[in-house]
Amino acid sequence: MEEVHLMKGNEALAEATIRTGVDAYFGYPITPQSEVLEYLMNEQPHLRTGMAVLQAESELAAINMVYGAAACGKKAITSSSGPGISLKAEAISYIAGAELPCLIVNVVRGGAGLGTIQPSQSDYFQAVKGGGHGDYKLIVLAPASVQEMADFVDLGFKLAFKYRTPAFILSDGVIGQMMEKVILPPQQERLTDAQVDELYGDWATLGKKKNKPRNVITSLALKPEIQEEHNHHLQRKYAEITKNETRFEKINCDDANYLIVAYGASARISQKAITLAKEKGLKVGILRPITLWPFPTEAIQEMAKQVKGILAVEMSAGQMVEDVRLAVNGKVPVEHYGRFGGMIHSPTEVCNAVFEKLVNC
Amino acid sequence: MEQSTISPEEIIKTGTVAFKPTKAMIDTNMSYCPGCGHGVAHRLVMEVVEEMGIIEDTIGIAPVGCSVLAYDFMDIDMQQAAHGRAPAVATGIKRVFPNKHVFTYQGDGDLAAIGTSETIHACNRGENIVIIFVNNGIYGMTGGQLAPTTLPNMKTSTSPYGRDVDMTGQPLKITEMVALLPGVAFVTRQAVHKPGLVRKTKKAIKKAFKIAEEKKGLAFIEIVSNCNSGWKMRPDASNIWLEENMLPFYPLGDIKG
Amino acid sequence: MTEEVIIAGFGGQGVLSLGKILAYSAIMQGQEVSWMPSYGPEMRGGTANVTVILSDEKINSPILNEFDTVIILNQPSMVKFEKEVKPGGILIFDPNGIHNPPTRTDIKIYTIEGVKEATKLKNTKTFNMIIMGAYLKVKPILELDNVHKGLEKSLPTRHHHLIPKNIEAIQIGMEKVKPYEVSQAHLLN
Repeated sequence: MEEVHLMKGNEALAEATIRTGVDAYFGYPITPQSEVLEYLMNEQPHLRTGMAVLQAESELAAINMVYGAAACGKKAITSSSGPGISLKAEAISYIAGAELPCLIVNVVRGGAGLGTIQPSQSDYFQAVKGGGHGDYKLIVLAPASVQEMADFVDLGFKLAFKYRTPAFILSDGVIGQMMEKVILPPQQERLTDAQVDELYGDWATLGKKKNKPRNVITSLALKPEIQEEHNHHLQRKYAEITKNETRFEKINCDDANYLIVAYGASARISQKAITLAKEKGLKVGILRPITLWPFPTEAIQEMAKQVKGILAVEMSAGQMVEDVRLAVNGKVPVEHYGRFGGMIHSPTEVCNAVFEKLVNC
Repeated sequence: MEQSTISPEEIIKTGTVAFKPTKAMIDTNMSYCPGCGHGVAHRLVMEVVEEMGIIEDTIGIAPVGCSVLAYDFMDIDMQQAAHGRAPAVATGIKRVFPNKHVFTYQGDGDLAAIGTSETIHACNRGENIVIIFVNNGIYGMTGGQLAPTTLPNMKTSTSPYGRDVDMTGQPLKITEMVALLPGVAFVTRQAVHKPGLVRKTKKAIKKAFKIAEEKKGLAFIEIVSNCNSGWKMRPDASNIWLEENMLPFYPLGDIKG
Repeated sequence: MTEEVIIAGFGGQGVLSLGKILAYSAIMQGQEVSWMPSYGPEMRGGTANVTVILSDEKINSPILNEFDTVIILNQPSMVKFEKEVKPGGILIFDPNGIHNPPTRTDIKIYTIEGVKEATKLKNTKTFNMIIMGAYLKVKPILELDNVHKGLEKSLPTRHHHLIPKNIEAIQIGMEKVKPYEVSQAHLLN
């Protein structure tokens, strides 16, 4: 039987880590995601599955603990919010460079700087365009419900291990703090050490076996020729991910004359906004990227043939809108709307923005 | 390796094994400057790993610094950590593999400047790991800059008139600091510039691995070493300078456990 | 049926847990719910509010700018949320501490003396359940049975012995809630 629970997004994510057979969580408190660590500490997952949970001395330490555990072929996760993710950026680059699977969660608050603890979507660039140094990409998943906060733990790890690359959940203060019904995933067993060895023994640092080459996890290549070849390898992998793993959802797009592109909380708010627009006789569809990287470029290109204008709705000064514009390449007008700095746009404001920025302009 | 009791005459004789490579070391030229103490320290750690029969269950962490390429010399599974973060990486490994042997190998800049927080907290949690801390009072890899452990008035490329302690503070005795923490079971300061000291250091490393294996807490070994290139000295002169200047400030011997 | 409600007052009044019990009770009735709190450093004494949506259909936006029902438990929330009641909608408030009562005439307004009744019960923690009772009387969208189950789900087992007290408080709220005429404003002062 399905277990229906009423949970916060942060709590659902935390419970899902236990049920997904994750081996270790390392974190540090920061609003609005502290419930993840609090929930895990309260649940004592070491008694349930043997999962390790540790409150690190800093976000730096936490992500480097993830780096260590991930090198062992184990499922390791950390979560934070903007300022903490900035601290983690160096190690995230290391993990991507060393080609290790792991999951990083950002429950976004308003910035820049210490900013506000209220919800925001202004860490899009940080998650999608880099954040850390060097030519790397993260698989970025954008949950728009408490259910997806739970479901994307498993999805994130599956993708991370399939491609040996870090996956990233870009959530926000709304999705992290709100409660709604959630069906929790079934309990998966954690892999045994023997299973880890069998699955990942060709790359993971498990101890050097007799008559087998040893494994070294590093992102260092002093010779630029080697680094260049490694970067080509990464780019080929990223092309493969783009081909196979782009995910999005279309809402009321079939006969839409205008399109909203929005992810996370903004996609939810926009759904109400398009019902308000419909009452005023305007057909507006929503394209919701589920993966922000890889970005649903082709799907947006297709929609650009159908609609008269596109509004990127995001709680930022305009970040994802750049990728929408790249996809549309000038075919139809692309505008941005969003409250930011911790303010949340209302459905009415989004509906009004469709009229002001696309219809009556 | 057995302690040598072979006479000089026997050494000259063909067929006598006076010295043999360590199985856990890769047979290659090291990237260290001739005269540097890293090579000896690497070998001692690997001899201990080999003699304890734990090659298959040991994971080493290389830092940022001269020993960043330690994994090119130590023939075991290894991971390279970001600057200063080796104790956190080791913690991550130890938490998912509580029964593996995990050690970090770090220099003074890595451990006592940029990684102070990770060092202190891994020690305080009593992670059952071994920390090998090679202190030569200078940033070797980047070309001889001031380190947290640089002696007062010592000249480096970023203290060209000598370390001004009014400006940069006194050298950090982090080994004495971590000895204060209950999570740390064994703290010792050793050196490798003389045969007798090499033997003592090896004994200390073995003790450290045993302590971590028995889950008694963290074992911390400082090795006071030279940096003849960074100190701008001949190797033999650097060893004498080490004796006369480093050791009075960083006295050798067990500090705890 | 979709009911969009915001409960706004001081932290420590049980605003968020009232919302949670509402949400749980609706789940017990087979409905969809969303619960979106204001969050932050506001603990006891600061302002707190929670938006709860109960619906027979899947809920889209958890963020709203107008509500079917607004429950106001302090003066700052009156200033902020009176204007966000949909025309024809409902405003319920506890007059305790309200010095500028509502003035709108295009909505239905009710009062509940929650603080007074909770004091009479010698248990200030029943305050939010008195408010709950007032709400359920005005908007009978939940079966009392399901509220009972909702309480069981949302309260930790060690507090289950308090459920009868909570139900009692709900019933008091149901009895004591009364319509409020804007023209009565002078009576409050």
